[in-house]
Amino acid sequence: MEQTKNEEILRMTNICKDYEMGGEILHVLKNVDLTVEKGEFLAILGPSGSGKSTLMNIIGCLDVPTSGHYELSGRTIADETESALALIRNKEIGFIFQSFYLLQRQSAAQNVELPLIYAGMPERKRKERVKEVMEKVGLSDKMDHLPNQLSGGQQQRVAIARAVANNPSILLADEPTGALDQKTGQAVMDLFHSLNDEGRTIIMITHDRKIAGHAKRIVRILDGIISEGDVEDA
Amino acid sequence: MHNMNMFSESLKMAISNIKNNKMRSFLTMLGIMIGVAAVIGLVTIVQIASDSIMGEFSSMGAGTLTVIAQGTSLKSGLNENDLDKIRNIDGVDAISPYVMLSAYVVVDNEVYKKVDIEGDDVSYFAHNDRIDKGRCFKDFEMDGYTQVCIVDKTFIEKTLKGKNPLGQIIHLGGYDYKIIGTQKENNALTGGASDKGDSEGNIIIPYRNVNRINFSPNVVNLYVYVKENADASEVEKNLRSELKRIYNNADNSFQIMNLESLLNVMDTIQGMLTTMLGGIASIALLVGGIGIMNMMLTSVSERTREIGLRKALGAEPIRIQIQFLMESVVLSLIGGAIGIGIGCLIAFVAAQLMKAKFIVSAGAILLGVGFSAGVGIIFGWMPARRASKLNPIDALRAE
Ligand SMILES: Nc1ncnc2c1ncn2[C@@H]1O[C@H](COP(=O)(O)OP(=O)(O)OP(=O)(O)O)[C@@H](O)[C@H]1O
Ligand SMILES: [Mg+2]
Repeated sequence: MEQTKNEEILRMTNICKDYEMGGEILHVLKNVDLTVEKGEFLAILGPSGSGKSTLMNIIGCLDVPTSGHYELSGRTIADETESALALIRNKEIGFIFQSFYLLQRQSAAQNVELPLIYAGMPERKRKERVKEVMEKVGLSDKMDHLPNQLSGGQQQRVAIARAVANNPSILLADEPTGALDQKTGQAVMDLFHSLNDEGRTIIMITHDRKIAGHAKRIVRILDGIISEGDVEDA
Repeated sequence: MHNMNMFSESLKMAISNIKNNKMRSFLTMLGIMIGVAAVIGLVTIVQIASDSIMGEFSSMGAGTLTVIAQGTSLKSGLNENDLDKIRNIDGVDAISPYVMLSAYVVVDNEVYKKVDIEGDDVSYFAHNDRIDKGRCFKDFEMDGYTQVCIVDKTFIEKTLKGKNPLGQIIHLGGYDYKIIGTQKENNALTGGASDKGDSEGNIIIPYRNVNRINFSPNVVNLYVYVKENADASEVEKNLRSELKRIYNNADNSFQIMNLESLLNVMDTIQGMLTTMLGGIASIALLVGGIGIMNMMLTSVSERTREIGLRKALGAEPIRIQIQFLMESVVLSLIGGAIGIGIGCLIAFVAAQLMKAKFIVSAGAILLGVGFSAGVGIIFGWMPARRASKLNPIDALRAE
């Protein structure tokens, strides 16, 4: 896929997120400005509790900011209805959660199929697509396994297959290697590189500098304040 | 296409989730099962019972007024003059006196048989389907001096010994009667005059002939047939005033039974019983519905994270709602189907005990299906709505 430079996929301006805890207001995100272009491989690097997951949830339209402006693929997210947001999450975003979030009672293939069902894809096409992405993550022999019959790394790859199944424009990964050993972590990174080479935008959240080093651009977050920084700075 | 897809996917998910919680699903279904079984069973039993009672009544004929005119000590029964007055009442189509007595008949000069003699008019046969072979009387045979008769199966078996009855001659009350027809043996009135049950058949002859044998020209029992377009209760009113005139307003001189109004009363009673019993059974359904709501609420809170994940992957609120609604509807429809089966079984056993014909009306089945689907939707609505309203991120974070 060809990469067009300077085509914005998302833009955040002055995003704040507050939580109220026992009468006290907790400012988790403080005036975050962030612009991501199509085809970027971006890492958001920060220590535990710095607000990374909070930021990812807002990027993924799972949560709404307390204030600020957020635009995704040219749409102002604050103006969208719940149903429209569901559609955006389905078509635009592929989530890879920190703790996988696979449905335990459904097979690997069924888990991967879910976003395709919600996209309204007919059954035969779904099955083909599931096979395709399961092959891509190297699990074509584990289609019918239940999540608890898979290793952590395999579950993570099922989660990745699910995230890419519907061909989303952005892949949002929260600590994708957090639960993996170095070797499987490396395999996941290789997979990310090849997905990025296909032109997919990848936003990866991590507290690990080494992992962040795989990205082409690094943004650092500390106490809810964001700052640009590359690998050399880190 | 998209909607069908959504529907069938929701159905699949609902079924797989019910399977995943077999015990809980079964216990929840039990409430609906009992409720629907009670509704179907009771409604059908009421229907069967009243159908068999009504059937007996209406075989005697709707649009028929039955008169018992015992009369007074001065004037017993009705004479031909009175009968003519009744014939001429507005809305009266025809009348048929009904006379019975017990008598001996002689066949071939040797066999004496005790039989029931029944006297009817021509019009009686238009309202009562009793002729098997041959024919009924003709108007000119009603002069009281024409000896024709219609015999029943018992008489044929016991007396004629397999001979073709039509055209045979039997001796009765001093005259020779020709058999012109045979009776179907399906009328409950057969054998009514025999007190000891030792009657060996039933023979119908023109009613005036019976009066002659009886040495009494008067008629006590009478059927009055109402014209099809006339109002039976209006005719009944006129008949009542005519009879009052005939008997000079004497007390207890006659009775009129209007089968139609009796049938209407029965109908009303049946409706009331159905509503009342159905209402009581509905309480069981209500309890079943609350069971469903309880299970669905539990299911929603257990699966909060799953709901959050589905939403994150692109499930719209309406899809979540449909999925949960589908689950409660499938659950209560399965319960309802089993309930219908059990209800029919109960009704079947009851019908056997009442010796009545077992019928299940399509209405009762529809009622059962409708009730259970309705319970599923009504009591599944709130939990499903709650699931669809969950905020995805809160749901995902829930433990
Ligand atoms: N729902 C909430 N209510 C109150 N406070 C919250 C809520 N969610 C997050 N926080 C607070 O916001 C801060 C940032 O949380 P967040 O989950 O974004 O951290 P993180 O950078 O992802 O950390 P980690 O690397 O450990 O996952 C934390 O101090 C947390 O306590
Ligand atoms: Mg986090």
